Amino acid sequence: MTRFIDLTLNGISTGAIYAVVALALVLIWRATRIVNFAQGAMLMITTFIASSVISSSGSYWLGFGVALACGLVLGAVVERVLMRRVEGGPPLNAVIVALGLLILLEAIAGMIWGNTPRSFPPAFSIQGYDIGGTRVLFSPNDTFTVLVVIGVALVLTAVFRGTAIGLKMRAAAFRPEVARMLGVRVGRMLTLGWALAALVGSLAGLLVAPEIFVGPNQFDPILVFGFTAAVLGGLDSFAGAAVGGILLGLALSYVSGYEGSSLVTLAALVILIVVLMIRPGGLFSSTQERRV
Amino acid sequence: MALLEIEQLTTDYGPVRAVDDVTLAVEQGSITAVLGANGAGKTSLLRTISGLEQASAGHVRLDGEELLGVPVEDIVRRGLAHVPEGRGVIAELSTEENLRLGGLWRGADAVALSDIYDLFPLLRERRSELAASLSGGERQMLSIGRALMARPRVLLLDEPSLGLAPIVTAQIMKLISTLASERGLAVLLVEQNARSALSIADRGVVLNLGRVVAEGAAPALAADEDLRTAYLGF
Repeated sequence: MTRFIDLTLNGISTGAIYAVVALALVLIWRATRIVNFAQGAMLMITTFIASSVISSSGSYWLGFGVALACGLVLGAVVERVLMRRVEGGPPLNAVIVALGLLILLEAIAGMIWGNTPRSFPPAFSIQGYDIGGTRVLFSPNDTFTVLVVIGVALVLTAVFRGTAIGLKMRAAAFRPEVARMLGVRVGRMLTLGWALAALVGSLAGLLVAPEIFVGPNQFDPILVFGFTAAVLGGLDSFAGAAVGGILLGLALSYVSGYEGSSLVTLAALVILIVVLMIRPGGLFSSTQERRV
Repeated sequence: MALLEIEQLTTDYGPVRAVDDVTLAVEQGSITAVLGANGAGKTSLLRTISGLEQASAGHVRLDGEELLGVPVEDIVRRGLAHVPEGRGVIAELSTEENLRLGGLWRGADAVALSDIYDLFPLLRERRSELAASLSGGERQMLSIGRALMARPRVLLLDEPSLGLAPIVTAQIMKLISTLASERGLAVLLVEQNARSALSIADRGVVLNLGRVVAEGAAPALAADEDLRTAYLGF
């Protein structure tokens, strides 16, 4: 029973990280109708920057802030310089460009920071809470992660549903030409979408880095899990992405704990395929289906 | 001077000339109908006016100011609203979100939603439903209402009767007529349904293969037997 509780707690905290990555993917999807496969590499870059800032300044929160700011800028630059050229074209073009960017960024990171993964400090203590004399597998840092996920999901939902800028971003994503005819500056909305998504992505990088270390290829699995979580949630819903991330985290934690950690990636793939086969619109979608 | 003046406007799609030396004008508070068969260049004409297609030659002036070369996003800020063919409602947004979108760039200066709902009571009932669930006529109303949110001076309407039942078409035409006569809008109305368009228009222009083949007062065009059989189909 203790083991089950430990696995559950562990699932919630790792799932929360997948959820943040999923939120970044959903954000890009809602703002530009592109799945950003370079998200993992983008957040790797900002996490490396954070790591450099933290080791030279000694301040975790300075590195944290710099990483978020760099994410914002990186997202905007990627959209302006690269994605702008493939927007409105066949979706596959954007996927290929994103994959190219992924390879490019990983190579650049290797040249600058080297290929040996380095450790990264957590925001808060990672020592589990002491409940009735036993340490549980849930730490103040995990609490922070979960709160961040809930906060980001709520803020994004509020922005997209309730504000003028959110309405413009959605219109620009769904029908760019119509949006322009109504006076929406579509280019700016797409840039903003990428910038915000990269900001959320860099947040995910900061949260996950203490566990997996920072290296050019360390974040690849995180993108796969984040993508699976986003698909679980239906790609279109922030709440869905958050819940999808936690569910995935739980499922993978049980698989890892009861069957062995070597099966985790396989299990994620199976979940992804099963969801796409049975509910292509995601677990929480209404009846509408989408071709993938 | 007419509010909207189009002078020798020409648009090419590669080797194909879609709009060929078209000149026409729309006075404030009046309706000019652009008629012609499929492929006559009607939609291309509207898309060029609102900046969606690039003109090869000519002028489009709104209140004397050149519109050619102005980005699409800014054309609406000059006072020209284009209601595209096929309604152009954003199906994934709710009725009310579609409407709000039309007035966003005006901020607090936009038309109040309640005014649009008074004009289209059906939309008020369906305000929170997705636009995807609206009927053809409701979508057309939503599309026009959304354009009105920005307080335009000129309204371009592309085939508002397309796919609508005759009774709904009559309602829409009546509304367009009211917008011109009571609100003083200059309306450029593109229609294949020549009979209903001419019933509310002040003037008419007939296009064939991108060129103006006839123009004049609406009643005169409607009475011209040869024109009716050759181009208008009624």
